[in-house]
Order: sequence, then C-alpha cells, then structure tokens
Amino acid sequence: MSATPYLGPDEVNRTLRRLGHEIIESNRGTDRLILVGLLSRGYPLAVRLAKAIEEFESVLVPVGSLDIGLYRDDVTRRGAAPHIRPSEIPGDIDGSTIVLVDDVLFTGRSIRAAMDALLDFGRPARVRLAVLIDRGHRELPIRPDFVGKNIPTALVQSVQVRLKEIDGEDGVYVFGEESSNA
Amino acid sequence: MLETRSAPTDSATAITAWTAKDLLDTDTLSLAEIALIMETTEAMSEIRNRPVARVATLRGSTIVTLFYEQSTRTRASFEVAAKALGADVVNLTASGSSVEKGESLIDTVRTLEAIGADVVVMRHGKSGAPYLAARNTKASVINGGDGTHAHPTQALLDLFTMRRHIGDLTGKRVVIVGDVLHSRVARSNVWSLMASGANVVLCGPATLVPRTLHGHSERGSCEVTTNLDSALRGADVVMALRMQKERQDGGLMPSLREYINGYQVNARRLALARPGALVMHPGPMNEGIEIAPEIAHGVASVIEEQVSNGVAVRMAVLYLMTTARRP
Repeated sequence: MSATPYLGPDEVNRTLRRLGHEIIESNRGTDRLILVGLLSRGYPLAVRLAKAIEEFESVLVPVGSLDIGLYRDDVTRRGAAPHIRPSEIPGDIDGSTIVLVDDVLFTGRSIRAAMDALLDFGRPARVRLAVLIDRGHRELPIRPDFVGKNIPTALVQSVQVRLKEIDGEDGVYVFGEESSNA
Repeated sequence: MLETRSAPTDSATAITAWTAKDLLDTDTLSLAEIALIMETTEAMSEIRNRPVARVATLRGSTIVTLFYEQSTRTRASFEVAAKALGADVVNLTASGSSVEKGESLIDTVRTLEAIGADVVVMRHGKSGAPYLAARNTKASVINGGDGTHAHPTQALLDLFTMRRHIGDLTGKRVVIVGDVLHSRVARSNVWSLMASGANVVLCGPATLVPRTLHGHSERGSCEVTTNLDSALRGADVVMALRMQKERQDGGLMPSLREYINGYQVNARRLALARPGALVMHPGPMNEGIEIAPEIAHGVASVIEEQVSNGVAVRMAVLYLMTTARRP
C-alpha cells in the first residue's frame, strides 16, 4: 500500500488492547463471555481481542466466526451471490454474553444480518457490538458498545481495514475525497 | 477449534460468483466451479447441523420439481434443500399433471416459467430432455437425472463425500462397479472425478461397460475393465451401482446369479481394496445383488452420509443458481 494509513500497526494494536480492557470491564470479567467475529476481517480481530484478554485475565475466552452471507437483505437483489463459508459458534450460546466483532461499522446492515444469524444458534443473555472503526452513516437503528476509533467520513469515501492475517499488514486507510468538515 | 477451516482451494482458479444458468451435467463444469460448489456445500452442511436448520435466504423464490420418472431421494432431497433455504417448493409429477393430457415438455416448462418458477429441477426418462427444456425457458434448469445420460447433483454429492473422507482426490483410485452402460450416475461421476484428479476404474460385464469411456483428462484418468478383483487392488473408493432391472430387457446380462458371482461387492472382495477404503452406493440398493448387506451397512459404508450430503449439495446448487449473476 502506497497511501499513508489513517492508523498504523502500533495504533491498531493499542486500540485493540483498549477494546479488550473495555469489554472485560463492562462484562465484569470473562464469565460466560464469547467473542464472535464476522467473516472475514472481524474474525481475526476477535482472535486478537481474545489473546489480549488472556494476557490481562489469564482466561482464554471462546472465539467463534460468523458468516452473514445467507442473511443479507440484498442476496437476491445484488446479482452476485455472496461467497458462503461455514460459521463456527463454540458450544452452547444460551445465556452467554456475546460480543460481535467487526472491522468497520457503516450502514449497520451487516450487524442486522449478524444478529439474525447469531440468534439461529441459540438465545444469548445479551449481545454487544465491538468495532475497530465507526465511520457513521447508519441506515438502521444500531449502535456499537465498544468503538476503537470514530472516523468521520463522506459517503463517497471508503474505509479499508487491512490485517496481517489476511492482507499481510496492519493498517486503516481512508480513500476518496474528504468532505469539507471531515 | 479456531484452526478448523475447510480445505483451501487453488487460489489461481478460485471464483466467488456463479454465472451459469443451468446445471445439466458435470462435463461442462470448470475446476473453479466445482471448487465453489464444494465450498458452498461445506457452509450448507454447517447449517444442516444447527438446532434450527433453516435460513430465509431464498425467501420469495420458487423451485419446481418436475419428475417424469419416479424418485424418492432426489426429489425429497431437493425439496428439503429448497425449504431449508426458505424457498417455496412446488412438486409436479407426470401423472396427475397436464402431461397426461398430452402437453409437450416445452409447453410445460414455459407454463412453469410463467407461473414464476425460478428453478426447475427436472427428471426425465429420455436422455437430453433437460437440455431441450433449458433452451426453452429463462428459468434455471437443474438436471435431476435424464435417461442413461447424466445426474450431476449425485456426482457432486459423491465428490463431496469422498473429499470429506479422503481430502484431495489426486491420484486416488475410485472403482465404479456394475451396470455402467445404463448409469447416469457413473457417467456424471467420471467427469467430476477426472476433473478432480482421480483415477477412475469402471468395472462390470463386458456388455454393460462401454469401452469408449476409456481415456484421460489433464488431471485424471478413466480405465475400463471386466475383472473386479484386479480393479479393487489398491482402491480408495468402491462405488457399487444399482442393477437396473427395469432397463435389462435387452439380454445384455446372462443371469443375476452370474452377475453376483462376478461383480457383487462383498467382504472377500473389499479386503482387496486399500484398508479404510470407502464403500458407496447411489441408492436405491438391491442388497444381496450388487452389494452384500453386511458391506452396505458395514463400517466402511458412507451410503447414508451420501444421502445427507445430498441435501447440502443441493442447497449449495440452488443457492448459487438462484442468486447467479446473469449476463
């Protein structure tokens, strides 16, 4: 990547560690806590959060992955079917506290789909949302509980999170024209 | 637990979107298309294991099963698959429909299209009938078995089952034994298995195994033999075909007793195959004819798993075709 990242590798790392602290603070520990990452980039983020939490609390919380392809509201409209992968939800989620983890929160439609997908696996006591980046422009009444960074963007801009596990490097990039008050 | 992921595919050939209108046989499928179907099946298989094995993805889509020949598992399997994805299903059989009044195949599929069918799953006694149907409708047509020609979803579920147990099929020996001549299952399997790199061995009485199927592709091969014992040596998979008694009035087979003596898959013969070799059968089985009962229900048998995987494969195919990007 030639562009200058909005967040570099160290900042991504520090942000994730802070999110890990916030999650266990709000949950008052790791009891019945399960992190579920949305495929593709939410999943490695969830794994890293679990590692950070293990460092702080000496407990490895279960991590799952969720594919939301079949729950999107635009599957038969988009013309190109999303690529479907298996979800892996660890054990029984009834009564647990699930933290959904994703890279970028934008319209909120992915999270709507993720909640539908998740509830097909059981009835968690509560579901929370952790995102690395909140770029605004919600189309549904959804708000995150844990936010790494708020990035004010224009609709025409795009936000890309790159992760070592998938892209070979860590960084957050913002592309496109900046709006005047960004 | 975190590391379990489905086998990675050859990224050079990977595709993420389906574009074909119809699925008529496996001979036209590219390796990338087969890989996409296999990966999607993996995901559908996970859904099948959930407490509520149902999603609403294809809500509003209509799948019609149009069966001119009888069937238990294929029709039921497609119906369960379509319902698991939230689609509406209409089942038509030749008896009890306007086909009995003499309506032509072309008129029937056009009527189904006008009614709003997105996908027509068709089985017909005449080889090639689904091709005629596919040319005359904008709906997607899936071949659910045509005469002695092709049965692509059966071949795909067989492939999925083999890959689950064996992994990569490159260089693996897959023996298909029985009435290959009349078998649409065998024919479709030859294409998808050769494309996947397997060495296919077709075995049966000389009158029931066409020599012309001998050959090889870029990755795999297909040989023809009449000696089952030698065919089975080193086999990784043994697939017995149903003796199709309804197609045996041509005098191609001397007697059932002779067939059993030469070609039944039994314990003595299975011992010739590689230890842990899979036993498969497309069903319905004639136990005691092409396969001994203790083998059909033995530890090496994955026959019931084939049926269960059949639903996942059909979910994948229905999903890909209903949501395909059309040119």
